[in-house]
Amino acid sequence: MKFAIQINEGPYQHQASDSAYHFTKAALAKGHEIFRVFFYHDGVNNASRLTTPPQDDRNVVERWAELAEQHDLDMVVCVAAAQRRGMVDDGEAKRNGKDATNIQSRFRISGLGQLVEAAIQADRLVVFGD
Amino acid sequence: MSATIKKFLYLNRKAPYGTIYAWESLEVVLIGAAFDQDVSLAFVDDGVYQLTKGQDTTGIGMKNFSPTYAALGDYDVKKIFVEKESLEERGLTLDDLQHLTWEDEDEDYAEKDSIALVSRAEMAALMGESDIVFSF
Amino acid sequence: MSKLHTVNKSPFEKSSLDACLQHVLDGASVLLLEDGVYGALRGSAAAESVERALASVKVYVLGEDLKARGFGEDRLINGISVVDYAGFVDLAAEADAVQAWL
Repeated sequence: MKFAIQINEGPYQHQASDSAYHFTKAALAKGHEIFRVFFYHDGVNNASRLTTPPQDDRNVVERWAELAEQHDLDMVVCVAAAQRRGMVDDGEAKRNGKDATNIQSRFRISGLGQLVEAAIQADRLVVFGD
Repeated sequence: MSATIKKFLYLNRKAPYGTIYAWESLEVVLIGAAFDQDVSLAFVDDGVYQLTKGQDTTGIGMKNFSPTYAALGDYDVKKIFVEKESLEERGLTLDDLQHLTWEDEDEDYAEKDSIALVSRAEMAALMGESDIVFSF
Repeated sequence: MSKLHTVNKSPFEKSSLDACLQHVLDGASVLLLEDGVYGALRGSAAAESVERALASVKVYVLGEDLKARGFGEDRLINGISVVDYAGFVDLAAEADAVQAWL
């Protein structure tokens, strides 16, 4: 079965991203396909490669990146939500004249259409938020 | 684009301005309209506050996005369900909400109401029929 | 058609659980996760509405979240089943759609 995952909250402040991660991992372990993980609202903050949690805590961003690496996950950060919250990749930096980037390389910034498409293409959309 | 037509339900349960959920969920509705799905919007609980008329945000310096609801008809989003019990619990009636309409091309662009006032039981049935529920 | 509804809020902080229970159709499933697990505990002021709902819907609690918050299965309202994340995935797959009460 194909799942699409939507995450509405950033790391650490809310459990949403943790729950989504464990769900995604369990779904993959069962042989399901994850069509896309879409980060929306403050969820875009899950993509910051500058995140530096204390050593005895989980690294939410790296953990997603590793799971994506292992399973070739498509992790999409909403462009409009990202722009508002200062999440920038090379393309966005160039387009908007920003002097830095902060997106972890396993994530990609794209439009909201990617969420709608995921909802259409996947068998289930599972939303994690506040 | 896929030929699959799914019943999309956008579930709105949060008030505007205090958090960004209402505005960013409306952005998904606008983008999603281009995908030709069977779209319904549900306004339940504090979500009904999104549709109040007379919103004026000049004093808080935030964008007043309430006019966007009136434009939904132009995006072919014409099934807007407001839960009667949610309004009543908040001491509101339909008169407190914007009058949202769409133009029916098949009837010489006759203006028709987009908002349907439904009971909680009808809302539950609507949710039960949906293929995809977007929550924000 | 049966849905999986998810509730992740304490019933003492938000109305999500009540709102969910007022909209679930017979035969649907409700999964309590994150702070939603407090709604699964016996003897709270919120328990009655959950007990009533159990007559027509199945209620599940995410075991990992329950354990993290210091509660064991012995504290659950009778009739609530414990699932792990794999069980959550199964519930989502078995339902025809998942509806989150955020």
